[in-house]
Amino acid sequence: MAQQIIDIQISELLERAKEMQAQGQRLVQICCTTLSETLELQYSFDLDFAYTSFRITLPKEGGAVPSISSIFLCAFLYENEIHDLFGVKITGIAVDFQGKFYRTATPRAFNPEAVTGEVKA
Amino acid sequence: MSKRTIIPFGPQHPVLPEPIHLDLVIEDEKVIEAIPSIGFIHRGLEKLVEKKDFIDYVFVAERICGICSFIHGMTYCIAMEELLKLEVPSRAQYLRVIWSELSRIHSHLLWLGLTADAFGFENLFMQSWQIREQILDIIEETTGGRVIFGSCKVGGVRRDISAEKLQEILKKLRSYRNQWTEIGGIFLNDTTVKHRLQGVGKLSMEQAKTLGAVGPMLRGSGVAMDIRMTGYSGYNKLGFTPVVETAGDCYSRCKVRIRELDQSLQLIETCVTQMTEGPLEAKVVGFPNGEFFARSEQPRGEAIYYAKANGTKFLQRLRVRTPTFANLPPLLTALAGCQLADVPVIVLTIDPCISCAER
Repeated sequence: MAQQIIDIQISELLERAKEMQAQGQRLVQICCTTLSETLELQYSFDLDFAYTSFRITLPKEGGAVPSISSIFLCAFLYENEIHDLFGVKITGIAVDFQGKFYRTATPRAFNPEAVTGEVKA
Repeated sequence: MSKRTIIPFGPQHPVLPEPIHLDLVIEDEKVIEAIPSIGFIHRGLEKLVEKKDFIDYVFVAERICGICSFIHGMTYCIAMEELLKLEVPSRAQYLRVIWSELSRIHSHLLWLGLTADAFGFENLFMQSWQIREQILDIIEETTGGRVIFGSCKVGGVRRDISAEKLQEILKKLRSYRNQWTEIGGIFLNDTTVKHRLQGVGKLSMEQAKTLGAVGPMLRGSGVAMDIRMTGYSGYNKLGFTPVVETAGDCYSRCKVRIRELDQSLQLIETCVTQMTEGPLEAKVVGFPNGEFFARSEQPRGEAIYYAKANGTKFLQRLRVRTPTFANLPPLLTALAGCQLADVPVIVLTIDPCISCAER
């Protein structure tokens, strides 16, 4: 299975998503990863089993990205999940649950440092 | 315009084995819009990977879902094997396919039973589950477990199945095929059943593609997409071609699942014919390093396991995208415009597994 991961800037995201849609690619998933200093967002697309992921690096706190749900409607679930579990601000989600998509005991459980920051504030 | 009313559907509902909540906006009896709400059973299993040894985590991966548990464990193992650059022995791959297809058969029979129950055909429900019980017996005989198999490990499998046992299993499965063909005929030909399924919850090919549908939901709308076509775990040696139906309604999804029962048996037969004696596992050396997206075809559709490792015994990140999660947006589209009485049947045709979706 061919796979490639391409690093991009936040400013390129919507353009890349439009390109993928024009090519007939399917949005497979959006994933967020907490690293020691940063967060990584990966947007994965598939066409005829060729798998392409675009990776964006964000700061652990205060990171924001535009929603791609206006291009791929199904992105709204992934984006709400990432907002609730990682605390990433995603602007313009087609169906925005306002932080109530997951009912977790610990807010932003997958990015605990962001939680600490919130408590201090 | 009639007055609009919002009806809460779930999280507790007779047709829902697991909790999902839908706000159904209706006009008279017609559903205008459905707004989902999940998160009742989020367990944080992805987070647990930071504290569990990568070898042991396969037991957690199997517990993500109680129906396709084996394929969850196997997909996790595929990700680890790629990061460790391990080559899984041929016999282990065939055994993985056999257990995967047994999982698919029992999952589809479970679904047939639940669907029959949803449209009120109790006898058909019991017939479906009676056959399923016998499949679970085979799984118990070969793995020791009925729900959690525990037979997959990083590098291969833990158990073998003897040649005599494999022949015995084939003999049993062929007799069960006669039984599921009989009940399949009722699902596909009975007037009352067709009345509840045909033309209900339609999803066009274009909608299925753009909304990211997977599994029978996608193949029932005419798209020939099945991750087994990529040939993972030895499927490339089995001459696999996906089952596709084109009507895009509940009946079409039902037909895909019924036809996949026969296909799974055929794949098991091919495995038994082709497999030879040999080792069951490759030795694990070192720790995983790098990142990889492992993909597999579960009974409900494509599952994705993203693993990121840094050369220690704990992974940095494991992300699991389950088929039910991907099928929620197509479900909302299929619900729009349907009659309120059809909502349970349409919800069931994605074969929802919410604990799987929330992890």
